[in-house]
Amino acid sequence: MKPSYQKAWFFVLPVLVLVAFNALIPMMTVVNYSVQETFGNNLFFWQGVDWFEKLLNSDRFHAALGRQFLFTGIILAIEIPLGVAIALAMPRKGVWVSVCLVLMALPMLIPWNVVGAMWNIFTLPDIGLLGYFLNHVLGVDYNMTQSPLAAWMTIVAMDVWHWTSLVVLLSYAGLVSIPDAYYQAAKIDGASNWAVFRYIQLPKMKRVLTIAILLRFMDSFNIYTEIFVLTGGGPGNSTTLLSIDLVKIALGQFDLGPAAAMSLIYFAITLLVSWLFYTLMMRNET
Amino acid sequence: MLSWMAWTWPTALIFICIFSAMGVLTVLEIRHPGGDERKGVLGLVTTRGDRLFISLLGSVYIHLAWLGIMGAPLWIPLGISILWGAFAFWKV
Repeated sequence: MKPSYQKAWFFVLPVLVLVAFNALIPMMTVVNYSVQETFGNNLFFWQGVDWFEKLLNSDRFHAALGRQFLFTGIILAIEIPLGVAIALAMPRKGVWVSVCLVLMALPMLIPWNVVGAMWNIFTLPDIGLLGYFLNHVLGVDYNMTQSPLAAWMTIVAMDVWHWTSLVVLLSYAGLVSIPDAYYQAAKIDGASNWAVFRYIQLPKMKRVLTIAILLRFMDSFNIYTEIFVLTGGGPGNSTTLLSIDLVKIALGQFDLGPAAAMSLIYFAITLLVSWLFYTLMMRNET
Repeated sequence: MLSWMAWTWPTALIFICIFSAMGVLTVLEIRHPGGDERKGVLGLVTTRGDRLFISLLGSVYIHLAWLGIMGAPLWIPLGISILWGAFAFWKV
């Protein structure tokens, strides 16, 4: 095969420079930090792989990792089916299409720290709308600053509220791209609603759903701001997910070496899960 | 100028190796375009770049697993990683 369009590589250079400065160079610095100890003043002491070894055997890290996987698992299990269901229920024609789309896009427009603050106020037991309703009208004992279960339900509800829209919009885009001919053929064959969903809509949504699951996995696995503002990782350590623990180690304790080692392990997990998932989903496409 | 990056020789060596490998792949790609695509033993269609990625990611996990279970030093996992890399380029 004759090489062609090799000049196109030069057009990629600006992106390469951008990625180098915002990702590659910081990443290399993190790798350097992860094998050293520092007390500030730009003084570093060689530590080898000690931080990694300690971290891999630390109960605190295992607990944070477990909570992180639990959180991501729960929100994926809720957001993906819910998002698909809402997308299926949305109108395909008429004025209501734009109304629905705008309504759906609204939660995603709100900055992450504002979402955290909103839900914090919303769930306060004495003055928050939800908190007051649960405690004083329904008589449920709900206080997310005291009960780990209430805190978990709140962070899950918040994430579902904030990000299900993304799944909805992506699934909807997949749905409207299905030509009418498929539905007509299904009608002629007398296919049930379930059969239409299973053999027409779901396969056609596969690509966008793959992207939706990947984005939701990565975002929820790296979630920080909303939970930091809402619970601060509490009560106790019950909502201290990986990123919150990482910031506690890096900025609270100023242990830059262990924090760098933890970031790298964190990165390796995100990379492996994303790669595995993408590869398995796209396996039959090529 | 680079003191803030806190370079050490071992970490520099790792990056030199990775970037050299990418450089070699670039030269190979220019000489033989198409990425030598094939379907390997894992049932995945991979190019040379994919195989390098699989080797590196696998090596990371081999080292981490050894460190977590057996602890330092890391010469044995380094050997396993090299074997894994060879396997990845040969069969995957």
